[in-house]
Amino acid sequence: MTFLDYAPAPESTAILDLKSEYGLFIDGEFVDGDGGSFATISPATEKHITTVQSASAADVDRAVAAARRAFEGPWSRLSGSDRGKYLFRIARLVQERARELAVAESLDNGKPIRESRDVDVPLVAAWFFYYAGWADKLEHAGVGSAPRPLGVAGQVIPWNFPLLMLAWKIAPALAAGNAVVLKPAETTPLTALLFAEILQQADFPPGVVNIVTGAGDTGSALVTHPGVDKVAFTGSTAVGRAIAKQVAGSSKRLTLELGGKAANIVFDDAPVDQAVEGIVNGIFFNQGHVCCAGSRLLVQESVHDEVIEKLKRRMATLRVGDPLDKNTDIGAINSAAQLERIRALSAIGEQEGAERWSPACDLPENGFWFAPTIFTGVDTSHRIARDEIFGPVLSVLTFRTPAEAISKANNTPYGLSAGIWSDKGSKILAVANELRAGVVWANTFNRFDPASPFGGYKESGYGREGGRHGLAAYLASTAGAAVVQTEQATKPKKGRTT
Amino acid sequence: MTDTSHSPDGALARPFDGPATDAALRRFLDGLPGVDAVGLEQRAATIGTRSIKSSSKAAALDAVLSLIDLTTLEGADTRGRVRSLVSKAITPDPSDPSVPRVAAVCVYNDMVHHAVEALGAHHAGSGGDIAVAAVATAFPSGRASLAVKLQDTADAVAAGADEIDMVIDRGAFLSGRFGQVYDEIVAIKNACRRSDGGHAHLKVILETGELSTYDNVRKASWLAILAGGDFIKTSTGKVAPAATLPVTLLMLEVVRDWHLGTGQRIGVKPAGGIRTSKDAIKYLVAVAETAGEEWIAPTLFRFGASSLLDDVLMQKQKLTSGHYSGPDYVTVV
Repeated sequence: MTFLDYAPAPESTAILDLKSEYGLFIDGEFVDGDGGSFATISPATEKHITTVQSASAADVDRAVAAARRAFEGPWSRLSGSDRGKYLFRIARLVQERARELAVAESLDNGKPIRESRDVDVPLVAAWFFYYAGWADKLEHAGVGSAPRPLGVAGQVIPWNFPLLMLAWKIAPALAAGNAVVLKPAETTPLTALLFAEILQQADFPPGVVNIVTGAGDTGSALVTHPGVDKVAFTGSTAVGRAIAKQVAGSSKRLTLELGGKAANIVFDDAPVDQAVEGIVNGIFFNQGHVCCAGSRLLVQESVHDEVIEKLKRRMATLRVGDPLDKNTDIGAINSAAQLERIRALSAIGEQEGAERWSPACDLPENGFWFAPTIFTGVDTSHRIARDEIFGPVLSVLTFRTPAEAISKANNTPYGLSAGIWSDKGSKILAVANELRAGVVWANTFNRFDPASPFGGYKESGYGREGGRHGLAAYLASTAGAAVVQTEQATKPKKGRTT
Repeated sequence: MTDTSHSPDGALARPFDGPATDAALRRFLDGLPGVDAVGLEQRAATIGTRSIKSSSKAAALDAVLSLIDLTTLEGADTRGRVRSLVSKAITPDPSDPSVPRVAAVCVYNDMVHHAVEALGAHHAGSGGDIAVAAVATAFPSGRASLAVKLQDTADAVAAGADEIDMVIDRGAFLSGRFGQVYDEIVAIKNACRRSDGGHAHLKVILETGELSTYDNVRKASWLAILAGGDFIKTSTGKVAPAATLPVTLLMLEVVRDWHLGTGQRIGVKPAGGIRTSKDAIKYLVAVAETAGEEWIAPTLFRFGASSLLDDVLMQKQKLTSGHYSGPDYVTVV
């Protein structure tokens, strides 16, 4: 055995105390739904974790009604500082139960425990702490001197950062005084259900947060429900487009955070070793299941060979395997369906003539796995340079001048994020100004902070999450709120009768 | 060992032409890629999260032992203390003869002959496995004339030192007199020649705590290697901060790049401030994941440390017995 074959260092799952079955979390209680149930499995082993309910349209109706009661009842009458106290309580409970949440996340999602422990869960706590501080300062959110909450928010989140996306959605919504109904992704409901337990532990008023598990039908029932005032969705561009159509013509506010095909631009004056780390972090973080992943590497021709050689050396040290092992760098692909998509697009990359490379690595037999992969010699017309793969697959393109880098970086229907690597500050600023992307990282990649707004251009969606902008997405100026209030007063309260 | 060291006359592939003037060296060193501090420190922090357990930990502890330059560099050093240090180097753990020996003992110039004498047949110069390293060149400040530094070095070599740990002139480096730093290293390397034709291995101490920026550390590392250093070493241990993981990682990147470019392997020695096994193992991870596993060898990697040995011994005892022992179960020097 060589030193680099680190002995297994698995994080214990003994800290988890899971129920064999979870109901829907409506009005502060776990209740049975009438849409049947389904299993959630570990993508690393394909083993059963627990059984969850599939919320029917009637169940969603109950959840929205409960949210409406909570909104019009105690929640909207609480002072901002009292709402803040509840959010601070969540943040602290997340920190207290951090290890348990990290283990659950890695088990259900397949991401390495190093990431769930060091990135996801700390950011979840940070998000609640940050927005807890905003709860009594809403008049400074930039929507007038007396902003009002929108009402009931219907939120649908993806499977790549299950608990973190929940925090991005729920924290600003509650800080602004809304009530929410949230649907976690079908393949990753576990941490949302543990979060429901945290709400009980925090003694949250019933109905302020409701969690309905299920697949696309449940999400569709939620976003089209007439009792929902605000829809927030993070996920694929195809589903986002469908939601925009469903919501069109209603009074619902909508924010969408969709796909991406981010350019990570490495100039010849870049700090090369750190750029290589940034490339690795940009595309292999969370198995590349990141909407803002740096999936297109644009590298200046003069340093192409050096960068690729160093990148390959670095990739050879990446450890693929058991997500619960503390030394794992790349975990399991989240689902069989996603693995199939990654395989199909990678096969197309080869057919189109790009050169495929992966380091030698043994993949486990069971579960869904894909070795970290780079394609060199990719042209802008290749599908792997245009389609979002959402996996650990990097497409490498080259450029000669800053103008060419900018034009290639912007040549995508998406516009969520981008990265620039250069030691020259003036170049970074000049290039960043020209990039049509919501987030531009300079000499780093995939860094998140609750104070920083995040969101996209073009087909990457609209609206911003995080920071003051993320808060404003859940607030109406006084005049706007009055309209919403009037509509609510006259609207038949469908949700209440069931 | 000859394949891993430069010839003293600097007959290695040089990445620039002409004489090593300040201007030529500056042009070359300024052409190196920059170092992004945030990214470097982030990578070092990730390396620090590696969890080395069970069989890997046992192997790592043995490796750490075999890489230690057991050091005493005090004004109060005496023959007795040096003998005691040597005795511990030969028999790190009297209760367990299987414990590997350290790589070297590191002492001041005037203590070299005591160390050589105490080592006897264990001395590398007499076919043994423990080297004697001497700090020289007006250690730790380096503030003396070149003549004094050369004499300091020649004395240590004559007294039987197998390795010379020299300091660079940080003043000259920081004021841009790269040629002077380069020439001094070349001169000291020549003073490392022994009468039998061999030469003592030269470790070049950069004193990274005084260089202040990572870009400077990278430039100084390249400069030291260009001038013929066999090892680049972080610190004297007399200046804070001494060795840090990011600085060592950066120096490992330099020796990796030098190897890729020239085929020659240069050693790295972090020194000062590494006191626990846990910290030392993080350095091993950095070595293996950056330069490669072949660098985990006394010819290419050393820890300059005094108290690290005791912690490694206690950790080893814990691995075998299952419970922690205490400082009374390892020998004091």
